[in-house]
Amino acid sequence: MTRADDLTALSIAEIRDGLAARSFSAVELTKAYVAAIEAARPLNAYIVETPEKALAMAEASDARLAAGEQRPLEGVPIGVKDLFATEGVHTQAASNVLSAFKPTYESTVTANLWADGAVMLGKLNMDEFAMGSSNETSYYGPVTNPWRKEGSNLPLVPGGSSGGSAAAVAARLCAGATATDTGGSIRQPAAFTGTVGIKPTYGRCSRWGIVAFASSLDQAGPIARNVRDAAILLKSMASVDPKDTTSVDLPVGDYEASVGQSVKGLRIGIPREYRIEGMPAEIEALWQHGIDWLKAAGAEIVDISLPHTKYALPAYYIVAPAEASSNLARYDGVRYGLRVPGDDIVSMYENSRAAGFGREVKRRILIGTYVLSAGYYDAYYVRAQKIRTLIKNDFDIAFAAGVDAVLTPATPSAAFGLAEMAMASPVEMYLNDVFTVTVNMAGLPGIAVPGGLDKNGLPLGLQLIGRPFEEETLFRLGHVIEDAAGTFSPARWW
Amino acid sequence: MSVDIATVKRVARLARIAISEEEAVSFQSELNAILGFVEQLNEVDVANVEPLSSVVAQRMKMRDDVVTDGFYPDKVVANAPAADDGFFMVPKVIE
Repeated sequence: MTRADDLTALSIAEIRDGLAARSFSAVELTKAYVAAIEAARPLNAYIVETPEKALAMAEASDARLAAGEQRPLEGVPIGVKDLFATEGVHTQAASNVLSAFKPTYESTVTANLWADGAVMLGKLNMDEFAMGSSNETSYYGPVTNPWRKEGSNLPLVPGGSSGGSAAAVAARLCAGATATDTGGSIRQPAAFTGTVGIKPTYGRCSRWGIVAFASSLDQAGPIARNVRDAAILLKSMASVDPKDTTSVDLPVGDYEASVGQSVKGLRIGIPREYRIEGMPAEIEALWQHGIDWLKAAGAEIVDISLPHTKYALPAYYIVAPAEASSNLARYDGVRYGLRVPGDDIVSMYENSRAAGFGREVKRRILIGTYVLSAGYYDAYYVRAQKIRTLIKNDFDIAFAAGVDAVLTPATPSAAFGLAEMAMASPVEMYLNDVFTVTVNMAGLPGIAVPGGLDKNGLPLGLQLIGRPFEEETLFRLGHVIEDAAGTFSPARWW
Repeated sequence: MSVDIATVKRVARLARIAISEEEAVSFQSELNAILGFVEQLNEVDVANVEPLSSVVAQRMKMRDDVVTDGFYPDKVVANAPAADDGFFMVPKVIE
């Protein structure tokens, strides 16, 4: 191990302590990451690297440290999902339709991070407009998972849509990353890469300046190497923001303080509907381990029923495309992004959108347009929103009965091969989100924590679902799982 | 419910996305796969169920009706594919 390797191996909590003790400087740390990113280009995790900006921010952090003014994330190198508007820096949601777009403003979440002293390393790859579960729909090409099956060179997907964020965190190309989750886009890639990802309660992080996919489902959150780091990052990312009317007027918790707190007496619900047909034995075993660990730590395990679970995914594939078709109407080749000329203004719109959007995005816009079109709105969209009420009621009933959190597997499988699903129907790919999507439909917080490795040496994740705005409970429980399962890091091959 | 080719083309037109004949054919089968998948929602009794309008019970926020932002047309048009003197430029739309 070189000194640079040692530096990129540090957790955010360790960086904080190391910088305070002057064991290394913020510039030295940032340079170690810049070199690691350059060496890892085959993973395609970063779309844009911003080393000059990173070094300037690190220098500013060193000046702060010298003045004794260390902020909560002082000098911590962060990667930013391409969905977040970053002033003057490439922001394209990994789409060609936003070709050359450089915002003149900063998203609230990233502004919060910089105000707390974080350093921006660059923009991270993702599925185009966050639509995907494998990071294969990006205009910039797929991300390769830093994990491989034991004894195999076959490239695997990192999950999606925050595949660049998860891969970069796992491969130590940033200390932590921003991500977003509309149906599982934080938790599924976290599970596929052995990292920790939390989607907070809807309304906890401002959506202002985040490229919109499905506005009633989108939430930002961090991906980090361990539970404590996720707690530290969420505290900085979350805020009450007058610029987002769905931002909730509740003070942000001291999430880190809950890490390590006892879970004795907490009631953990195990939903029987999550035992889906054909679930691999390894996922069953992982789930049982999670139950045993929480029980051993003093939590009480109760069986619960969430009867509308099976309808969450089909309802999601109405609600999300419907909102997306509306949100993505703004890409018309007039105000920003790609313009492809046509015979008249309508053909200019049609040509620009045909050339700018990728196939998965077009498919979702078409579905969304169809289900919102005259005559179908009630049959599809309104019905799906009613089912959403039933899904939320299921959780409300469980919580009212005294359940503090729900434990489930995060994904139905470990990471799969790149292009392995190319011939699959869209519905098969959508099944990746079967355990995560209910959480978005109900607006609840959910965390994915590594629970172990499968027989091929690939990470598997457990998910904890909490009551609204009780992220603290998830950090407490997540830390118990982490304590028992350990943390996981891929062997470097790139 | 399933869609025919004419519906796919009509929806693409509504969505302002130019698609080729071959694309229309492949989108038709993909859209029908998704519509087939969501069909199961018809099993659920949704009588007397309100559609969800917000996952978090919160009053709509009000703000003072004052100007809080603006006065920088150059920034607004900074990313436009074609702009002139603070205006977005588009192909001629009226004869």
